[in-house]
Amino acid sequence: MAPRMLTGGQIVCEALCAEGVDVVFGIPGGAILPLYGTLSQYPKLRHMLMRHEQGAGHAADGFARATGKVGVCFATSGPGATNLITGLATAMMDSVPVVAITGQVGRAAIGTDAFQETDITGATLPVTKHNYLVMRAADLARTVKEAFYVARTGRPGPVLIDIPRDVFQEKAWADDYATVKMDLPGYRFPTTAPQAQVEAAARLINEAKRPVILAGHGVIISRAFAELKELAEKAQIPVVNTLLGLSGISQEHPLFVGFPGMHGMAYASLALDQADLIVAIGARFDDRIVGDAKRFATNSKKVHIDIDRAEINKNVRVDAPVVGDVKNVLKQLNPLVSKATHVDWVRHIEHLKSEHPSLKIRETDRLLGQHVVRGISSVTKGDAIIVTGVGQHQMWAAQHYRFKQPSTWLSSGGLGAMGYEVPAALGAQAGSPGKLVWSVCGDGGFQMTMSELATVFENRLPVKYAILNNNHLGMITQWQDMFYRGDHQADAYTGNPDFVKLAEAFRIKGMRVTKQEEVIPTVKEANEHPGPVVVDFVIEKVDHVYPMIPSGQSVQELMEEPL
Amino acid sequence: MTSPTQSPGPAIVPAPFATTHSRVVTALVYDKPGVLARISGLFRRRGLNIASLTVGPSEKPGLSRMTFVVEGPENIVRHIAAQLDRLVDVIQVEDITDKNTVWRELALIKVTATPATRTEVLNLASIFRVSVVDVGAGSMTFEVTGDESKIDALIELMRQYGVREVMRTGKVAMLRGTLVPGDPDGSFRVKNGVARLAPAEMAGGDSGSV
Repeated sequence: MAPRMLTGGQIVCEALCAEGVDVVFGIPGGAILPLYGTLSQYPKLRHMLMRHEQGAGHAADGFARATGKVGVCFATSGPGATNLITGLATAMMDSVPVVAITGQVGRAAIGTDAFQETDITGATLPVTKHNYLVMRAADLARTVKEAFYVARTGRPGPVLIDIPRDVFQEKAWADDYATVKMDLPGYRFPTTAPQAQVEAAARLINEAKRPVILAGHGVIISRAFAELKELAEKAQIPVVNTLLGLSGISQEHPLFVGFPGMHGMAYASLALDQADLIVAIGARFDDRIVGDAKRFATNSKKVHIDIDRAEINKNVRVDAPVVGDVKNVLKQLNPLVSKATHVDWVRHIEHLKSEHPSLKIRETDRLLGQHVVRGISSVTKGDAIIVTGVGQHQMWAAQHYRFKQPSTWLSSGGLGAMGYEVPAALGAQAGSPGKLVWSVCGDGGFQMTMSELATVFENRLPVKYAILNNNHLGMITQWQDMFYRGDHQADAYTGNPDFVKLAEAFRIKGMRVTKQEEVIPTVKEANEHPGPVVVDFVIEKVDHVYPMIPSGQSVQELMEEPL
Repeated sequence: MTSPTQSPGPAIVPAPFATTHSRVVTALVYDKPGVLARISGLFRRRGLNIASLTVGPSEKPGLSRMTFVVEGPENIVRHIAAQLDRLVDVIQVEDITDKNTVWRELALIKVTATPATRTEVLNLASIFRVSVVDVGAGSMTFEVTGDESKIDALIELMRQYGVREVMRTGKVAMLRGTLVPGDPDGSFRVKNGVARLAPAEMAGGDSGSV
């Protein structure tokens, strides 16, 4: 195609189309209006008008996690851009590919404290993988191409492109996007690992008597499901997932153990502690798993497979680092691993499971959060996409949902952003039209972003929202009980809205459940309803999530529920 | 009312990093706005102190070379080259702390020198191969180049006359030109005239760079 003279806005839209983008989450404003002015020429780009830019960021994140594609969001300069930051920080912590395009005040006004001016490239430095301020329309195509490439390759992450208002309007020659050259000499990431590293890891695996795989989010990002399963089965290695690694292996698999750490299953934490080898795959030894690093899994050697060499030896000393893309590394590693059985060790873990029934729900007539998640899990047969906020409901969802399909667990693990659940579920649904999406919400987080229900309704997205409503910031109540002598401050909502009426106000079907026996019929009814649903599950007011390893401690301090 | 200096005050808080460790890192970076902010932000987020920093144009147009001396807890400081390598604007980065390097620092030192002491000051300073770059009515300014300890020694020596002002560039460092396997550091080889880290050092593997 011969070069054409286009405006900056057109160049951006053409680049987005060429990148395969079909949905954008955003809110317009003065500085980004010229870009919106070109959207009508690109009907392929479906724009979802969000109610808050935080929602746009989380929706792009949810879209990306559910589809594996890059999520895209738009915001204007100043407050629009600063509102995106929580969404970007979430994507950064959890390595999610997101491209954010923000409008900026005109070039002549930059640095003058102009109306709605914020130095957003400065403000987002620590929460983006990379960012750009583009000062010439002629640089736009290359910048968008680089941004998508940087966002989705290596260890993925968010990339922000800040574009002054008049750069959208400036005209420039646009070449065929496929021929646009990137200029990234400083951007490197490993693909395969050096053979010596793989061999060293294989040796440790072949020598191990009590090996455990700790499979993290990297397995999901790299889509290494078959390779992980092959490794586990070939050498009969039990698989522990990190919180974000959940759904990387079917929970029906006999070698699946659970997830460890602060609120993980006791037997998963104990398996890590008693292992003689931990094979961490795409996991970063987060403090919620490690606790006290000096006392973490002291009986074991560690193999650490990660694409980011800065993760090696960051939190935990590693004996065999393997730096490369998880899927490629496992393809290199699996042939070097000897077929083996660890019958006694696997039996021992089964024994731990029966000794420590972490998933047993206490006998009660009251409705508990666990009952709700169990109900959703059984009705959806573990096939739904589950999105959560942060807090007790998140931990119950992680514990009690039986994931069978990969990439179906979306949760703000690293940043821990309450309010993620409403817009991220919307984004996931936008990217996966035929799939059932259940958002397990806390009543606290739901109220942070519930305005996006309007977006859900407008775009006919059939998301099912389950509010685990205890009229409390439940995890705050729990911490104040456990670590602040029961001194309850600001943990209770005494004037929560009527969530059923609220749903109806958004023209969404609302239902309420107060009894255990109503859970399954209501979940079924919600599934059968063609549109979005909000279910207000009124659960026990004060309850604690167990097991619990207090922050910074070890498995020795693990507390289990007195049953 | 007691003045602040008379009050006993709280006990002196120990330095934040009792076990401060320092690393010397060189980086080839884009010469454009915001690059230094990205790098210094990375140090700041990890609570690291930049003991010295020098920046200047490199042999390649559009690229600058930086030398940092970074201080902080050992486990964090040792990761700094790997962290810097993640930045897209950093083309190349090397932790040269334990490598075979040449390094220099330049300092300008203004010393009190009256007509009575001028000769004595100059005689002492000349042992350090200084250049006199300025003489005033009551002072002299020396330029001195060398390693850190040499400059420290000269400053200490001049204190008896009165050191009015010191300006130091901080360390600039470079790998030695001839690096073959078997050099004391053992981890370098020269390929096409460019010293590269041996694969084991990179801990990387095939690069997907463009």
